[in-house]
Amino acid sequence: MSEEYSLEIVNPEKSFLSKKDVTEVVAPAFEGEIGILKDHISIISFLKPGIIKIYSKSGEDSYYVNDGIIEFKNNNLSILTSLIFNLKDIDKQKISEIMKSAEEELSKSEISDQAKYLLDQKIEVLKSIN
Amino acid sequence: MASLDDLKKRISSVKSTQKITKAMKMVAAAKLRRAQESAEKGRPYSEKMNNIILNLSNGISDIENAPKLLSGTGEDKVHLCVVMTSDRGLCGGFNTNIIKKAKIFFQKILDDGKTLKIITVGSKGYDQLKRVYGDNIIERISFKDSKNVNYFDADKVGKIVIEKFEKQEFDVCTIFYNQFKNVITQIPQEQQIIPLNTSEKAENSSEDNYEFEPEEDEILSNLLPKNISTQIFKAMLENSASEQGSRMSAMDNATRNAGEMVDKLTIEYNRSRQAAITKELIEIISGAESL
Repeated sequence: MSEEYSLEIVNPEKSFLSKKDVTEVVAPAFEGEIGILKDHISIISFLKPGIIKIYSKSGEDSYYVNDGIIEFKNNNLSILTSLIFNLKDIDKQKISEIMKSAEEELSKSEISDQAKYLLDQKIEVLKSIN
Repeated sequence: MASLDDLKKRISSVKSTQKITKAMKMVAAAKLRRAQESAEKGRPYSEKMNNIILNLSNGISDIENAPKLLSGTGEDKVHLCVVMTSDRGLCGGFNTNIIKKAKIFFQKILDDGKTLKIITVGSKGYDQLKRVYGDNIIERISFKDSKNVNYFDADKVGKIVIEKFEKQEFDVCTIFYNQFKNVITQIPQEQQIIPLNTSEKAENSSEDNYEFEPEEDEILSNLLPKNISTQIFKAMLENSASEQGSRMSAMDNATRNAGEMVDKLTIEYNRSRQAAITKELIEIISGAESL
């Protein structure tokens, strides 16, 4: 039996990526990284800023996501995210832009602990890829 | 009858207007294609989001403790209406149709003795509503500067709505926009986004038992604000496609009308020119006869 399942990543503007031969996805879920293999139990979770790793028959890809929701059901993985880009073709300028706005947000006093945690995460991840 | 010179001037002015409307039609047609494409591309996201939320809300057993964005405040006193219109005019009945729909709704709310608050998105809506409902408008947003519809603009509107909801400034939120059906037809829509209408069944809602990480209600309370931005974004996409479609057909009509007018004026021009020539001939002939 094959060990592949299908993956679809959509952002508000379009369907970003669709693959049929995915073997494993590692995603930065809110409560820690989760790896999803075929026949995983149905799951809904949401993502924090981080790197999604996609292993497929055709190779391995890494993407940066800002946030998102992940739904796995009947061997269909859907990821909804507002901002995503491939680490291969990152735009340094764009990253520093996102980082700057995150830092600005962080410097505001009236943000919640959760928001602060997410922003910290974001900056850390962005630093690591820059 | 107008003089020959006047007619000439009118013909050339109608012709140059026709040139403008023709150019606007072309531009709208090009923009329409792009807007339509992005509206179609944006659909999977909002559909998926909707599906997940429906699945989630079906899984919630304890309605009492459900997030307020889903279940509402339990009251129905203060209505917030987000009226989404365009920033530019000359697009036929596009804005008027939304406003008309919204006004009927406003009247109903006011007749029931409820409080009405309005947020206008797009400057044309504000212009049309300020005279009658000026006191009800609490916020006006315009995205004149951003070239294309983008998610971050929608997110801004969504955040404003949610912030107001958390401050308990309203109970029910409805958005008004035009749904794009085809170039000629756009249907003005009212859609309630808070509390969410979950009566419709999820597309493939089965007895699926999802594993949730973290808990359902935490996911829901994170998802619902996103859903509001998504719905607003969807409305903005539909709106921009409708606006271009509406402008295209309006400008098409205008071009045709201008063409008809030019024809009519040309006939009138030729007739009066002929009349002048005949008059001159008669004068010459009768002058020659009298000699």
